[in-house]
Amino acid sequence: MSEHEQRTPVQLSTVSADDPRLQPAARRPELVEKVIAVTFLVGILLVAGFGACFWVNAAPWTLGATFGGGLLFMGIGLIAWGKYLMPRGPFVEERHTLANSEDDRNAFAAAIVERGGGVIKRRKFLGGLLGAGMGIFGVVAAFPLVRSLGPLPKTTLFHTDWAKGTYLVDITGRRVHVDDLAIGSIVTVYPEGLENTDNGQAVDQTVLIRLSNQDFVTQKGRETWGPQGYLAYSKLCTHLGCPVGLYEQQLQLLVCPCHQSMFDVTNGCIPNFGPAPRPLPQLPLQFDAAGYLQSQADFNQPVGPGFWERS
Amino acid sequence: MSQTVNTKRALREKSGPYGKIGQALNELDDRMGVAKGGRTFLDKIFPDHWSFMLGEIALYSFVVLLATGIFLTLYYVPSQDLTTYTGSYLPLYGQKVTEAFASTVNLSFAVRAGLLMRQMHHWSCDIFVGAIVVHMGRVFFTGAFRKPRETNWVIGTTLLILAIVNGFLGYSLPDDLVSGTGIRIAYSIILSIPVVGSYVAFFLFGGNFPGTSIIPRFFILHVLIIPLVILLLVGAHMGLLVRQKHTQFPGKGKTENNVVGSPMFPVFMAKTTGFMFVVAGATALLGAFAQINPIWQFGPYTASRISYAVQPDWYMGFLDGALRIFPAWSFHSFGYTIPLEVTIPAVIFPGILFNLIMAWPTIERKFTKDNEMHNLLDRPSNRPKRTAAGVVVAVLCSMLFIASSTDVIANFFHVSLNSVLWTMRVLCIVMPILAYPVTYKICREMQGVAGAGKRKTTNIVSRTAEGEYVATPAPVYVDDMVHEHEHDAVPVPRYVMEAEDEVDAPEGGVRRAPR
Repeated sequence: MSEHEQRTPVQLSTVSADDPRLQPAARRPELVEKVIAVTFLVGILLVAGFGACFWVNAAPWTLGATFGGGLLFMGIGLIAWGKYLMPRGPFVEERHTLANSEDDRNAFAAAIVERGGGVIKRRKFLGGLLGAGMGIFGVVAAFPLVRSLGPLPKTTLFHTDWAKGTYLVDITGRRVHVDDLAIGSIVTVYPEGLENTDNGQAVDQTVLIRLSNQDFVTQKGRETWGPQGYLAYSKLCTHLGCPVGLYEQQLQLLVCPCHQSMFDVTNGCIPNFGPAPRPLPQLPLQFDAAGYLQSQADFNQPVGPGFWERS
Repeated sequence: MSQTVNTKRALREKSGPYGKIGQALNELDDRMGVAKGGRTFLDKIFPDHWSFMLGEIALYSFVVLLATGIFLTLYYVPSQDLTTYTGSYLPLYGQKVTEAFASTVNLSFAVRAGLLMRQMHHWSCDIFVGAIVVHMGRVFFTGAFRKPRETNWVIGTTLLILAIVNGFLGYSLPDDLVSGTGIRIAYSIILSIPVVGSYVAFFLFGGNFPGTSIIPRFFILHVLIIPLVILLLVGAHMGLLVRQKHTQFPGKGKTENNVVGSPMFPVFMAKTTGFMFVVAGATALLGAFAQINPIWQFGPYTASRISYAVQPDWYMGFLDGALRIFPAWSFHSFGYTIPLEVTIPAVIFPGILFNLIMAWPTIERKFTKDNEMHNLLDRPSNRPKRTAAGVVVAVLCSMLFIASSTDVIANFFHVSLNSVLWTMRVLCIVMPILAYPVTYKICREMQGVAGAGKRKTTNIVSRTAEGEYVATPAPVYVDDMVHEHEHDAVPVPRYVMEAEDEVDAPEGGVRRAPR
């Protein structure tokens, strides 16, 4: 047989035992066998090494190196065995058409359309009742499966815990006094008593910045909201709700590290860069008699990202 | 007088020509009738082309995911209850952290091989999704999704979506600062869905962000429900593969009605088992030497803290990039808001993308009117329109992926963030538009090149006694030999012939029929 004939694929079941297609693909099988044996030996050593490393609790990288290296060498050896020392082929397999004969197809369709359809057509009323029952069951089953997963949103997304007279505290629970912040300083504040709660952290978080009185433009109707240069804005980015955690002091910008929205602190935290669509909501501030900061009311707008019900 | 002789030879004769194993198989066949089907299975032919290995990478990285994942569940605590960290990592000592975070740090530092298993799990997830994408590319560009394999294309796309979702859920479980920010973003994306967004978000998360249900719910989805669905779909994917048999590239002796290659047993079994070890071994080496997701450096999640240069796992990059470069177009009217700046890039865009991918076999059939069975694969250059369409999607997703690191690029190259943003906005529109004609043209040119895609013939260089070098072409490799009689074996669909007629190239260079 010429090499050309040997490369003609035949069916596996028809080849004789001495067919060249059943011979190893390697030209020098003995040599390949030796190489594979060495590969397996290295693999075995490494796998055993993993056991030893595990036993003595060696550094994690040694565990991975021995475990991974062992698997790698065993795998490469096995692939080489399959590629070079097993029947080289090529072999061929016939495809059978997936489609059945016309008769079989017709019989199948008839069973559904005539036998099944006939039964249902004759008993349309029963079929309707069954359908209605299943439909109602589907709706009713959704109550325990879906409805009880969580509360209804109602007005949750519109309000925070800030209210008239709520004291501003930092993360340690300390109230903020008029003398606490130097001009240009910034601190994250929470409603008093909620600084360590999930809602206080996630919803009520507010940045308090002190600017020089000449440095910022007061928005119309907010003349009393920033006493002594103290301005408070929601820390939730209006894009996707990440904390607006970076303060660019030179440019007086609050920057959201998630998608780089930037809010102009000197001008009502109106976004001047990035995908955020709205200014950060502002919290109106006042001082109590002793000079501690309080909120006058809740934020002027719902905090955080946009949602359908938000007007 | 007869006596039972208990020699080895007598025993062998008694148990039949195939010995004990043969006997055991007979017993099995008596009860379950496995002989005929088993033989067919062992004789199943697998094509030898390397590109069929890509799906195997996906399958075996899923095996690695299951194995390492089982290990992790033994130590991970799916709870948001607060605890004081008292483990061996000193910078966190005494801090209030959630059980989820503490147990993840503990299983990394206090459990033997725990860090290795965790890093292997994370790496194999990245490899899993990557292998699915590349495997999909192979199936797409070679036309392997055509009739009768459309269903498997849809199952495969569903598997990709599930893999991405489960990857995100798993990424969130350690409850560290970076993953918590990711959940916050996911919550806001769900919130942006018109009409039902706030309800869906409240039901999925058990209330307003963050609530106390996220970690337990994500856990059961991540370790049970989604893996189970993936497992079932993988079973269906492989079942259909066996039923419909493999596709194959055209070549010597290969027709629409056969499969040429190596048999399941023992050749393919040895190769594929070895390959499973290689995938697992490579993942373990990555887990050993390439640190991934060091959550103890990020710290526990606190809703009011954030870290700079926050990037998700690679397969979420295209969505993050889309969110970054999309303009701030919020829509307000009639007392309602549609946050288009979120809805379009993060809900509508992926929705269109994945629906388009799933519907591609149907769309293509509409255009080609080709309702034939296809078991022989296309060369991508022979289907310039399909190839160009696929490249458009790949280029768009790559551009969006790059756009997910605008801040890092700006910092690294010391350019303004604004110019990086606008560059990416322009590139995301221009590059996909350019990709189509460029790919189309390249494909058309390749059709006219004789021998494109064929192995180069080697030259044997020899030196004569006088010191002169002579190059003589080596004999043509048997697989590349031209066999005139085989040209009629594969009918070329009409629409291909028409397309090729337009190519302005010498007759001999035009491939009229696949090899």
